[in-house]
Amino acid sequence: MLIGLFNDWIVVVLMMIGLYIVIAHGNLIKKLIGLTIFQTSVFIFYISMANVDGGTAPILADGINQYSNPLPHVLILTAIVVGIATTALGLSLVVRIKESYNSIEEEEIQQQDNDEQLSMNKAEENP
Amino acid sequence: MIDIVLLTLLVVIAIAIIRMKDLFAAVMLAGIYGLLSASFFVAMDAVDVAFTEAAVGAGISTLLMLVVITMTGSKEKPTRHKPFSALFVVIITGGLLIYGTLDMPYFGSADAPIHNHTSPRYIKDSMQEIGIPNIVTSVLASYRAFDTFGEVVVIFTAGIGVLTLLSVARSKENDDKIEAINDSMHQQHLVIRIISKMLIPFIFLFALYVQFHGDFGPGGGFQAGVIFASAIILYTMLFGLSTARKVINQTFVQIIAALGVLLYGSVGIVSLMNGGNFLDYNVLSSNPITGQHLGILLIEWGVGCTVASVMVVIFFNFAGRRAFQQHKKKLQDKESSAC
Repeated sequence: MLIGLFNDWIVVVLMMIGLYIVIAHGNLIKKLIGLTIFQTSVFIFYISMANVDGGTAPILADGINQYSNPLPHVLILTAIVVGIATTALGLSLVVRIKESYNSIEEEEIQQQDNDEQLSMNKAEENP
Repeated sequence: MIDIVLLTLLVVIAIAIIRMKDLFAAVMLAGIYGLLSASFFVAMDAVDVAFTEAAVGAGISTLLMLVVITMTGSKEKPTRHKPFSALFVVIITGGLLIYGTLDMPYFGSADAPIHNHTSPRYIKDSMQEIGIPNIVTSVLASYRAFDTFGEVVVIFTAGIGVLTLLSVARSKENDDKIEAINDSMHQQHLVIRIISKMLIPFIFLFALYVQFHGDFGPGGGFQAGVIFASAIILYTMLFGLSTARKVINQTFVQIIAALGVLLYGSVGIVSLMNGGNFLDYNVLSSNPITGQHLGILLIEWGVGCTVASVMVVIFFNFAGRRAFQQHKKKLQDKESSAC
């Protein structure tokens, strides 16, 4: 009966792929894609839990006794739309970062910040 | 069986996204990923969710990312440091999570704890209490209406955030110049333009159908809002931002976004005034079921208005920022050539 946990394992794998992209990639858009994958894995987790063997879509009709659980559907439905709204906010931050740093690579942005900090420190030492 | 195939495909695509250095390809793969997960949700009987994911994950989010990579460049620079530490963290976390899943109830088992609290009541009593067949809509718009209100406010806030970060003060002169670029571009896409022009009214009609049929089948304000916005976005992509802004005034859209939230909240206030709880629709009419129908209709309308207008505002601002950057670059080029 190990196949009974297959969905959960796939969720863990997808979640870890998302997490890996967020940690290991320096490109900010790539990070946001990783975050989307992470987010979708949670959706898949909830929706898999809602499924019942022999069930059908939770729309009441005559002659049907077994429905899937509607509650996770509701939670995830709204989460998807909220997810795109927050992704859009993240993307607009990326656009502004590109405008001020002329780069969306994490390393280059940190390098520029460090350089600026160093020059500011030097200016304080030799007024 | 089909769900196992779909899940495996999802993993394959996710791994392909890791390896892809070209951001354009990564974004397109993310779109396919969204579409596949929507198919998976259909296989899991979650039709409402699948509907939303197909419109959002495969449609709008891909579009927004494409607009952004036209501004930021589509090549990812290879990282210099080795990703071993990240791999280590990920494998440890994943291993612990897999260990955690061993206690989970098996997939599809009807006696799992999740199926034995709260939801049996929704399935058994929602027809008597709310009187509409789609349980997801009953729960979303009536039992958990306060929760949904919070989510609508989050979407509205995100819209304000994008507006704050990206909005550009427009002058008439800029608009004319942008228009000139657009016109030349559009002669190349004549077929697409004419076909889309014929399609757009039907997309609007479909959005309205989804909006008002949400009580009886899959659909509702969230899905309808996204579909409605996608028609406007399609128009904007093909006819240029300045033309679209002439057709649909952005200030007007912003006001609609606020009005949607206001409508939702007002329904709650009215039910308070009538002696019920916040968002308790039973008191809206002499017959509780009619009250429920009225309340759900109104708040779904509010959700639809807010979602559609926020999506349009977000897209307009991304596209507007891009036009602004191009305009600024042109001015700089002119200055440098004059020197």
